[in-house]
Amino acid sequence: MAVSAARVARRRITNVVFVAFCVLVTVVALVALTAILYSLVSQGLAGMNLKIFTMDTPAAGSEGGLRNAIVGSILMSLLAMVIAVFLGVMAGTWLAEYAGNSRYGVIVRFLNDVLLSAPSILVGLFVYYLLVKPFGGFSGIAGAVALALLAAPVVTRTTEDVLKLQPVALRESGVALGSPVWHVIRRILWRGSTSGILTGVLLAFARVSGETAPLLFTALGNQFMDWSHPLKVMTQPMASLPVVIFQNALTPYPDLNRLAWAGALLIAATVLAVTILSRAFSKEPKRS
Amino acid sequence: MPPTALTASAPIRRHTPRGKAIDPIFEGLCFGAATMLLAALGGVLISLLIGGWPALSKFGFAFITNVTWDPVNDVYGAAGPIVGTLITAFVALLLALPVAGGVAFFLVEFCPQWLRRPIGTAVELLAGIPSIVYGMWGLFVFAPVFAKYIETPLMSSAPSGSLAEAVFSGIPNGSGILAASIILAIMILPFMAATLRELLMTVPTQVRESAYGLGATTGEVVMSVTLPYVRRGAIGAVMLGLGRALGETMAVTFIIGNSHSFPKGLFDAGSTIASTIANEFNEASGLQASALIALGLVLFVITFAVLALARLLLRNQTKA
Repeated sequence: MAVSAARVARRRITNVVFVAFCVLVTVVALVALTAILYSLVSQGLAGMNLKIFTMDTPAAGSEGGLRNAIVGSILMSLLAMVIAVFLGVMAGTWLAEYAGNSRYGVIVRFLNDVLLSAPSILVGLFVYYLLVKPFGGFSGIAGAVALALLAAPVVTRTTEDVLKLQPVALRESGVALGSPVWHVIRRILWRGSTSGILTGVLLAFARVSGETAPLLFTALGNQFMDWSHPLKVMTQPMASLPVVIFQNALTPYPDLNRLAWAGALLIAATVLAVTILSRAFSKEPKRS
Repeated sequence: MPPTALTASAPIRRHTPRGKAIDPIFEGLCFGAATMLLAALGGVLISLLIGGWPALSKFGFAFITNVTWDPVNDVYGAAGPIVGTLITAFVALLLALPVAGGVAFFLVEFCPQWLRRPIGTAVELLAGIPSIVYGMWGLFVFAPVFAKYIETPLMSSAPSGSLAEAVFSGIPNGSGILAASIILAIMILPFMAATLRELLMTVPTQVRESAYGLGATTGEVVMSVTLPYVRRGAIGAVMLGLGRALGETMAVTFIIGNSHSFPKGLFDAGSTIASTIANEFNEASGLQASALIALGLVLFVITFAVLALARLLLRNQTKA
C-alpha cells in the first residue's frame, strides 16, 4: 500500500506546527513568570533594609518597617498550623483507618476535597460570623482559625494518602502482637509516614502564609502590638504581612508601596523555601 | 503406646491488651476531627444563608438580575459582579488552557532531558506563589504596559460603529475586565500545567510507544493517544483551575477597576464577587452587609458546583 507523499508531508507540517506551538507557549509562560519574579526580587530588594524588621508599620510619609506585620503573620500562622495539624492528622487517620468505603466516609472525603479549593474569602466570612461578631471585635485568634480551616483540608488529604500507602500486613502484625489499634496507628503507621505527613504540613503552611482575603474580616490589622498582656495579644486585632501589603499597595504613597514590595518578597521567599523543604522530605513520587 | 497428638494443657491466658480501653476514645477523636471538617463546610453555607437572608428576601430573584448596586439608596443588584466573575474566570481559562496544555505536552513529550526537571520544578514552585504577588505585579508592572501598548492602540484603531469598538470600549488606564482576566490566567497557569503534566505522566509508556511504532507523529500521539487516555482527569484539572479563578480575590481586586456597573466592554472597569466583598465588607452595615454576604452565597453555589464536578472527574485519576 503506497503512502501518499502529500499526506506524509501534510502530517509532518501539522506536527511541526504543533511542536512549535508547544515550545512557543512554554517560552511565553516562562517569560511571563520570570518577569513576575524579576519585579518581585528587584522591587523587593530595593525596599529591603534593617528597619523592615525593627520598626512597626508607619503612616504615610514617616519612617517604618513591617515588624508588627511579620510578628502577627508568624503568630497567626503558627497557631493555625497547630490547630490544622491536630485536626487534619486526626481526620486523615479516620478517613484512612476507620472510614473505609462507608457512605459517611465517602461524603467526608469528597467534601474535604471541595473545602480544599473553596474560595478563601468565604471561609473568612464564616469565621467573621463565628468568632468576630459574637465576641465584638476582630482578633488574631479569629485570623488563626480562618487560616486553620484553609490548612486542615490539605493536611487531611496528605495524611490519608500516605497512611494508605502503608501495607495492610503492617497493621495486622501490630494487632497480632497484641497492640491496641490506637497504639498501632501511633507507633507504627504515623511513625512510618512522618515524612509524608510533614510534607503535607509544610504545603499547608505555604498555602496559608500568603492568604490575604480571609484575614481581612477576621484579624483586620493593627498598627501597634500591645505586649503589656502577653496572653491577650491574640485577642486584639492583629496585623499580618499579606493584609499590610494589600493596604499599602493600594495607597498612592511610594514609600508605602516600597514596603509592600518588600513584604511580598518576604512572603514569596518564605513560601518558596517551605515548598523546597517539603520537596526534600518527599521523595519524587513513583511514575508508572 | 504413642502419645496422643494433643493433650489438653492449661489454656493459654490471653490478656486484653493494655490501653485497649482507649481505642474507642481514639476512634471517636478521629471521627470528631473528620466531622469538624464537614461542619466547617456546612458552617460556611449556613452563615452565608443566615447573613444573606435579609437581602435575598427583600430583593428576591431580582438580586441576581438587577444591575444597580447603590448603597446610598439601599438598592442592591448583583448582576454586575456576578457577570464580572464569570467573564474574568472564563476568559482567564480560555487564555490559560492552551498555554498550560502546551507547557505540559512540551515537558512530557519532547523536552530535552536536561531541561525537563528544572522547568518542571519551576512550574510546580510557581504554582505556590501567593496570589497577592500576582495582583501587585498586575497593578504596578502589567497595567501601565497594557494600557500603553495594548489598550490605547486597539481602541484608537477600532473603526467607529463597529463591533470592535464596542468590545474594546472602556478607559485605557490598564485596569479592567481583560487585564484582570490576563492576570488570573497567569496565576492559574502554573497550577494547571503542573496538574496536566502529572496526569500525562501516568500514561503507560507502552501505549505511547505503540502509537509511535505505528508511525504517528508527536502531535498525533498527544492528540489521539495520550490526551484521550487522561481525558477525564484533564477535564477535572481544568475545572479546578476554573474554580480557583472564580474564587480568587487578591489577584483580581488590584486590577479590575472596582466598578459595580455592568461591564460594557473588555477594557471597562468591573468587579467580581470576591473583589466586591473584599473592598466593601469591613465598611458595610445593615442591608449592604447582608447583600455582600448574599453575593458570597452566589459565589459559594457557583464554585461548589464547579469544584464538585472537578473532584468527581478527578477522583480516580490523580492525587492533584
